[in-house]
Parts: sequence; structure tokens; C-alpha cells
Amino acid sequence: MDVLTLLGQMLNTTLVFSTALIFAALGGIFSERSGVVNIGLEGLMMFGAFAAAVGGYYAQDAGYAGMAPWIGVLCAMAVGIIGALIHAVASITFKADQTISGTVINFLAAGSTLYLVKLLFEGAGETPLIDGFYKYKVPLLSEIPVLGPGLFNSYPTTYLAVILVIVVYYLLFKTPFGLRLRAVGEHPSAADTLGVNVNRMRYIGVMLSGMLAGIGGATITLTTTGTFAHNTISGQGFIAIAAMIFGKWNPLGAFGAAVFFGFSQAIRNYVQQFGWSQDIPQEFIYMIPYVLTIIVLVSAVGRSSAPSALGQPYDPSKR
Amino acid sequence: MSAAAPVVELKQITKRFPGIVANDSISLTLEKGEIHALLGENGAGKSTLMNIVFGLYQPDEGSIEIGGKPVIIDSPNKAIELGIGMVHQHFKLVDPFTVTENIILGMEPKKGLKIDYKSAAEQVRKLSELYGLQVNPHARIHDISVGMQQRVEIMKTLYRGADILIFDEPTAVLTPQEINELMAIMKRLVAEGKSIILITHKLKEIMSISDRVTIIRRGKVIDTVKTSETNPNELAEKMVGRDVTFKVDKLDPHVGNTVLKLDGVNSKNKEGISVLNNLSFEVKSGEILGIAGVDGNGQSELIQAITGLRKIDSGSIIVEGKEIANLSPRKISEMNVSHIPEDRHKHGLVLDFTVSENMVLETYYKSPYNRNGFMNNEVIDKHAEELVQAFDVRTPSIHNTARSLSGGNQQKAIIAREIDKEPTLLIAAQPTRGLDVGAIEFVQKQLIAQRDQGKAVLLVSFELDEIMNVSDRIAVIYEGQIVGEVYPKDTNDQELGLMMAGGLKRGGKAGE
Amino acid sequence: MNKFKKIFATDSYIVPLVAILLGFLVGAIVMLIGGYDPIAAYGALFKRVFGSPYDFGEAIREMTPLMLTGLSVAFAFRSGLFNIGADGQVLIGMTAASLIGIKWAGLPLFLLVPLAVIGAGLCGGLWAGIAGYLKAKRGINEVITTIMLNWIALFLANYIVRTFLLIPGQNRSEDIPASISMTFLNSFFDNARLHWGTFIALAAAVFFYIYLWKTKQGFEMRAVGLNPHAAEYAGMNVGRNVMKSMFIAGVFAGLAGAGEVLGVFHYQAVFAGSPGYGFDGIAVALLGLTHPFGVILAAILYGMLTYGSAGMSFNADVPPELIRIVIGSIIFFIAAQGIVRWVLKPFYFKRKKEKVL
Repeated sequence: MDVLTLLGQMLNTTLVFSTALIFAALGGIFSERSGVVNIGLEGLMMFGAFAAAVGGYYAQDAGYAGMAPWIGVLCAMAVGIIGALIHAVASITFKADQTISGTVINFLAAGSTLYLVKLLFEGAGETPLIDGFYKYKVPLLSEIPVLGPGLFNSYPTTYLAVILVIVVYYLLFKTPFGLRLRAVGEHPSAADTLGVNVNRMRYIGVMLSGMLAGIGGATITLTTTGTFAHNTISGQGFIAIAAMIFGKWNPLGAFGAAVFFGFSQAIRNYVQQFGWSQDIPQEFIYMIPYVLTIIVLVSAVGRSSAPSALGQPYDPSKR
Repeated sequence: MSAAAPVVELKQITKRFPGIVANDSISLTLEKGEIHALLGENGAGKSTLMNIVFGLYQPDEGSIEIGGKPVIIDSPNKAIELGIGMVHQHFKLVDPFTVTENIILGMEPKKGLKIDYKSAAEQVRKLSELYGLQVNPHARIHDISVGMQQRVEIMKTLYRGADILIFDEPTAVLTPQEINELMAIMKRLVAEGKSIILITHKLKEIMSISDRVTIIRRGKVIDTVKTSETNPNELAEKMVGRDVTFKVDKLDPHVGNTVLKLDGVNSKNKEGISVLNNLSFEVKSGEILGIAGVDGNGQSELIQAITGLRKIDSGSIIVEGKEIANLSPRKISEMNVSHIPEDRHKHGLVLDFTVSENMVLETYYKSPYNRNGFMNNEVIDKHAEELVQAFDVRTPSIHNTARSLSGGNQQKAIIAREIDKEPTLLIAAQPTRGLDVGAIEFVQKQLIAQRDQGKAVLLVSFELDEIMNVSDRIAVIYEGQIVGEVYPKDTNDQELGLMMAGGLKRGGKAGE
Repeated sequence: MNKFKKIFATDSYIVPLVAILLGFLVGAIVMLIGGYDPIAAYGALFKRVFGSPYDFGEAIREMTPLMLTGLSVAFAFRSGLFNIGADGQVLIGMTAASLIGIKWAGLPLFLLVPLAVIGAGLCGGLWAGIAGYLKAKRGINEVITTIMLNWIALFLANYIVRTFLLIPGQNRSEDIPASISMTFLNSFFDNARLHWGTFIALAAAVFFYIYLWKTKQGFEMRAVGLNPHAAEYAGMNVGRNVMKSMFIAGVFAGLAGAGEVLGVFHYQAVFAGSPGYGFDGIAVALLGLTHPFGVILAAILYGMLTYGSAGMSFNADVPPELIRIVIGSIIFFIAAQGIVRWVLKPFYFKRKKEKVL
């Protein structure tokens, strides 16, 4: 295989891996910009992956083959929102520690999705295989050498993710909604005294994060695995959190970071095609994304650009 | 609206919190075009009352009328709708946002889906011109001065069309010059038909600007008087409930050897901006040196440098002949340096530790508190018991958490701990902030007692009165530099104010 | 005596108890929705645990690593750190114990066994120490680093087992000659895999309590956990305490790993994915309100639930994952205490009134 073809393929795989991370990281941004730590992204992705597999399966079963993956995505959004609501109720309304309540989401997601899979599919450990999305070639653009097959022959979800990066950026920095959301995460009592409902904004932020993380999870079942099992989501949510931090809570930065992590995962698939990689134990190749994450965080500037009120429940009596 | 009806009328407002009646049947009227001062000590219930007017709290009893009509103000939104605006003591500004963004937040002008920043900035500029506020709409909050930030707060209320403005302790962080400018702005606001409630505990301001004064003490209205028919002494007596002397009694200092000497100290912050700038001064035993200055001119950094919490880039800091620059806080503390930190919740106490544990927060590792690596709780408790007695720290028991104590008693606990260390140098940063008159007197007396025992005392305060009354010598800090040293008897508020604003330098050592 | 009174006078034990009840209730509702019989299921769960000496012994075996990982998470929590990395620390502890136990097999057992256990603890501690170091020196959120370290530990452990300890053709290490099994109990517990690790865990809880509340270093650590700013002002070295706390937390987790390979399996497998010790540890720590003795009680409950869940799926056909929902709900109710207090409100008001009179 010549280098250029390989490069194009690597680019393509990078985008496939990045897509889920982009969605989830954007979700994390909504939640954390509103001041709520969301370590439950992992669980929310699990909810999404599960809902997409189940929703897609039943839609396919009912004969909506072409629409099935999209129905799966819709289910993932809905279930993601419901999952996030648990986090919101605990951490916003009842002022639970946000890290703990996010952890609860991860627990509940792991338990309830597998419980339901067994319940729905007579004790099976995973959902039946479904078709999922197909790659879509953008006319003309996909003819460009290297970049064409690399960028413009991707799953529809990948295009959606890239569009969403722009939309989220616009929403956060150009609209009243974004201004209020950011204000609530930086200085909730300032927002409160100007009549912005702090808790409502935070609920919206957390629910949006559930929706987006849900889509992120869905892309994994609908483009990569085709089923949902206990290991479908294994760490992507946490890597999305790292991408969000590395991207300084900015959609464009998070996009860059997500692509970077997607690339480090893609390397793992391609490095084995080279002869010299035989000398490297496979485990070390598997480690790459995780080691890179730590290295990247070490070289990035701490939490200095995190929203000021991140992690603090809003208590109006302390204003 | 009938012309005779007052703009705001509070009728028999009562508000209870667990264990305390914050407002006890308070009545008050605000006439149109009036500046009505609300005078009371910290904790008298002023802020609670105004939070009720602004819809942040609901009264348990009583009613509110605006322009003669009874209203229920159940949220800040409702208050804003009724034309009430509040200028908060602790500014409610989002630091990384611009002036315009802060002002329009919650009421953003739109063009399609987008915020119409252009017309917003234009509106801000127009308002700024109308009231002579001179605010740059595009500046970011963290780049503008405290005085400017306050004007942004005022503009937030004007942008929302407020006719009734509540100023909560607006002068606490301003220089005398900035205070004068604020007074002028308030007068202009009244001239434009606004009505103002001014919450304060400063008598000078009340005398100079208000039309009427309502004094509250322990949640009750003591009296409402016309400013022209009263005087500061009468007001003070009504506020505190007894005769108060403004002068702090103290003997002439017996100044001895130099205890602390800073020479050419430079330090930069994370962004590489110089926060301490070739800073030099000394404090001798038996004297109190007051550092006067506006918040944010390097006071915190100065204290951090002396106590070992901040690295300095050059210069020397000498305590009793020994260089201590860039030593660890522990090493410096062991050189008999005590420190009453400016933020007692953040730095002074571990709030969830017991009073007893807090009393050994710096000495726990020493004998007899530490016995072979184990905590000697009997001795620790006995020690705490003694300090609580000696300094009259009111707590049900030394095993209660520091969190359960009142602000004044928390501060007493810190002072007890720091003085008990028998320091040669005592650093007191904002030691009376947020305390009531009784506690303030106690703290200031303790500082003077330490000085009379021959200790060197470094007092950092934003309260000019405190600096003037307590210090034996005053150094003024501006942008990380000492811009002048004076004796209290040789100077006045105006001169200090000018120096604090960087407008005047009085070179060299005081008295030279 | 006074202290005893204090524990039971406050409502500190009521909230978790009610949370546990609510958690079971949620589980029951979920079962009802799924068409299962919750009473039969919970009955089967407890029958499984207490049904036979063997099962009871195995339930204790199940509780042991939970105690240690729970203590690990709780200890870090006390100094303000969230240790999500107990999983990796357990794996590193296992690997160290296996490596020492197999490679130094020439040593006499009375030396080899303690060396393997201590090595496991130390290596677990150092592994956690990486996250502590990065937090202390570079300010990097320990939540992210410990999660990444979990993955790295997984692959590192597998690499070591595959490269140095493997039985050719199998996916596991050679047998480990060093053992901490309590074989003398075999006749009482029908060969259940009981081992000394349980006592190590109980000792660790006692150490935890004494260290944190009775020693000078514990005083520092608690101060750092409750208010790092004040601790720094008081001359304490916050960074060093962060590292020390992570190290000790890692030692606890590493010891759990030693118990698993030296006391239960006597070999180390190549893991396909995260074994999940750490996440159980988080649940146990939160359930035990991060108090050492609470953690022990929580581990007992949690161990009963997870061990019993097999019986539940066997006898009542309920998927064992249900237990995760129950546990997740319990932690949810503990974390969001407001909900529990709201449930308790009617009772509370009564008590408050009595107090006033």
C-alpha cells in the first residue's frame, strides 16, 4: 500500500474515532460552561450507545431500514437527556457533590443498560447486530486525492459533528443563550441578580450535555460496533473530558483535541502495518492514547481557563 | 401615580432566620428625588432589608408599596420590572466578560438570533455620557479599576430603567477621590429624577450627601432623622447604642530596633506582570506601620512575600537581621512572625476543624502538642480552653467547629492564636473587615497592646480611618510600590487619597 | 462512651440507612417493571450469601478487596482527592505480587510471602503516586490522570504477565508459590477461598482511623483536605500531603491486588478489560461516608449484594446487573442527601419539636 493511500485511510479512521469524542466533548462544554462538572459523560455515552442499538434494532425490525440509524440517534438523544436529568436533579436541585453524582450516572448506566439488554433480548449479553450508518461520499470533494477519501467519504454523523462544532461555537459566543450560560458558570449570583434563572440554565446545560453525549455514544454503535455490549463504551467518555479540558472549554479547541485523540487511536490500527512495529509489544501500542492524554495535560495549562464557578452548587443565600 | 405617594414604602417588614430576627417590624419611606441613608453596624439587618426590597428574600411579615401600590417582589426580575436597581457591595460582575456584556446580560438586544453587540455598545456609551460615567463599553472587567467596575454596576441598573437605586456600602473599596466622584454621580442621578437608598456605616458620607437617615440596630428601626438636623455623634450613638469615641486611645510609641526591613523587593505574577515593584520599607519594634492603599495595589502580594507564600524575584526581606526571602511559610513562622490573614475563611481557619484544632493549626507539630508523632489532645484542648478564656471567644465548646462561630469570634480565635505565638513581628491584614463596632475596638486594642509590648506591627487596611487612628506611621502603596511615608498627624485624608491614587509622591522616609 | 453517644445522636447513620432502603426500593421497582418478583429475588440473594458455609466464606472473600479499595478511595477523599484509579493500583499490586512470588520463588516462604505483599503495596502506592505527583506539581486533575493510569496499568500488567510469567499457550501466569490462603479454615468453610487479606483489610481500616485522627501527619492531611489554602498559610506543605495521601491510598489498593493473586487465584490472568475493582471501591467509599469503619460496613453490604446477585440470577432469573442499579441508587441518595431528608421530613419535624421543648 502506498503512503498516500495509507495517509488517506488514516485520516478517515481518525475522523471515525474522533466523531464520538467530538459530540461528547461538546456536551461536556455545555455542562461545564454552566458550572456543572460532568464526569458522567462516560455513562451518558453508554446510555446513548445502548438506546441507539435498541432503537435502531426495533426500527430495522419494523421495516424502516433506511431511517433506522437516525431513529437510533433520536432514541440516544432522548435517553441521554433522561440520564443527564438524574445528574441535574442530584447536583443542581439537591446540591450533591457534582463529581459523585456524575459517578452515579456511570454506575446507573452500566447497570441499567445491561439489565435492559438482558431483559429485552432474553438474557443475551449484547444487542443484535444492526446495519448502522453507511459512509457518504461528498460529490466532487471526495475525488480530491488523499483528502478526498480521507475527509469526504465519511459517516453522516461525522459531517454532523463538524457542523455542530460551528453551531455550538456560535451558540456559546454569539447568542443571548450562550452569554447567559457562560455567566452562570462564571458568576452565578451576578446572573441571578440580573434575572437569569441560574438553576434553569444549568439544567439546560446538563441536559444538552446528555443529549450530545448520547449522540456520541450512538455513533459508536451505529458506525463502529453495530451492537451494544458491556465494553462498547470503555473510556471514551473520559477521553472526551480530557479533550474538553485540553480544548479549554472552547468548541473549536475541543474539536482539535478530539481529533488529536482520535488520531492517537487510529495510529494503533495502522502502526501494525509497518514491519518495525512487530518489535513493539502490542500493549505499548494500546497505551498510546492514554499516555498521550497525560502528556498533553502535563504540557497544557492547568485548570486556569475553567469556568470560575465550576463544581459549586449555587446557593442563593451566600450571594 | 399620585404625586404625594412615596416612591417606596416598607411597612412593618419582619424577616426571621433560624435563631435570629434579622428585621423586626421595619418601616421606611423613600421620597422621590431623595437620598435616604440606611445606617447600621455590620449585622444590624441592613442588607437583609435591601435584599427583601430587591426580591432576593421574602419577608415573613409586612408589605411593600411602590408608588403607592402594594406589590409582591418575589424575584430580582420583579424588582427590575418595578424599576428597582441594586449596586451590590461585592460587585456582581463576570470578570472575563466585557463591560457591555455585563450590562446587557439577561436583557440582550438581538439581531436575528445573534446578540446585537453594536447597538448594545452604543446604548452603553449613551448612558455613560448622560450620567458622566466615562466607561469604555469594550473593556474587560478584569482590566478596569475598582471605581470603574462600580460604575458598570450602576449602569447595569440604569440600562434596565431603574428609578430606585440601592447602593450597598458603595464606598468600602474606593479612594477618597473616587468617593467624591461617586457622590457627584449620585447627585446627578437624583437630579435626573432617580431616588436612592444608601446603605452604609460611614457617618461622613451620610452627613455629606443624604437627605434623611434611618438608623437600625439589631434588626429594629431606632430612628429616622433629617440629616440637616443631626450630627455624627448623635448618629453614632444611635447606631451603636452607647457613647462611642472615634479616637483610639494610645500612648506615644517607644520605637526600638528595626524588626522587618524590605529592600528593593520585586515580584511578578503568573502573567509576568510586576506586582511588587522595587518595594522598600521597614518596621521597628514598638511601632505600628500602616499600609494604606486601594485594594489590588499589591497588598496581598506584599503579605504573601513576607510570609513565604510568594516567591520574590529580587530584593531582600530581613526579619531581625536574618534574610527570609523565599523561605517556606513554616520557617518564617518559626522566626516569630505572626500573621492575621485578610480572608479568615479561606486562609485563617479550617472551618470544619474544631476551635481546639484551629488553635494549633500552626504549632501542632511542636511539643507538647505533638508527642512522638501523635497528637496530644489533652494538652491541645487545655491550651484552647485557656485561649478561649483569655480572648473571650464565644463558643459553646472548644469542640464546636470554627464554622459555627460568628465572624467576630472567628477573628478573635485567629488573633488569640497569633498573639499567643508571642511574635516579634505581627502582620495584620484587614483585621477588622466585616466586624461590628465592639469587635473592631477589641481588635484594634489588641494591636496597640502588642505594639506597647515592644512588638513590631504591620497593619494593612483599606479603611483610611483605621489607618489614621491605629498606625504610628503610614506607608502608602500604589501599583506595588511605596509612594510615600507619612506620620498620621502630618497628613489628612485628601493627601493620602491622592497618594493612594498615584497622583502624589512624598518621597523618602517619613519625617525626614 | 461520649464519642459512642455522639455517633448515634447525630443523624449521620440515618441518612445512609434510609438511602440503602430507598436503593432496594428502586431495585424492586425496576424488577417489577421487568416482570420479576423482587421478593423472590432479594430472598434468593440473601439465601445465596447465608445458605452454606462455603458461600458465606466466599462472600467474605468477595468483601475483602472491596474493603481495601473502598479504604483507598476514602483515604484520598479525606485529603480532597478523588481516586478513580484504584483499579489500576490493584492491577499493579497484583502484578508486583505475582512477579515477586514467581521470580523469587527460591526464597523461603516466610520471607517470600511478606515480600510479595509489601511489594504489592509499595508498587500500588507508587503507581497512585504518579497521579499525586502530577496533581501536586503540575496541578493536573487527578480524576483524569487516574483514569488514564488505569488503562496504562491494564496494558502494563498484561504485558508483564505475557512476557515474563506466561504459561505457554494459556492466557495466564504460572502458579504462584507464595500464598496467604487460610487453608486451616478449609474444613469450616468447605474450601471457600478465605485468606489473610481480610485481616490486612481490617488492620488497614484501623491504621486509617489512627493515622488520620490521632497523628500529626493525619492532622495535616485533614487540614489539607478541608482547606488547602489555610493549610498552606499554616505552613503545611500541600503538595507533599497530596502525594503522600495518594501514595497511602495506592498502598491500600495494591494490597487488595496482593490478596487476589496470593490468596484467591494463585495465578494472574491476562485481562481483556478493566476488572472493575476501582469502581466498586468508589461505591464502597461513598456508601461508607469515607469513614474507615463505615467503609468496612459498606464493603460487607456491597460484597453481600454482588456475591448474592449470582444467586438472584440463578434462582429468580434476574440479571445480576440489577445490583449495580441498586448500588448506584443508594449512592445517588447518599450524595443527594436533600432527597433523603425530604423523605424523612415528617419524622424530623417531630424530633425537632421535642428538642425545643
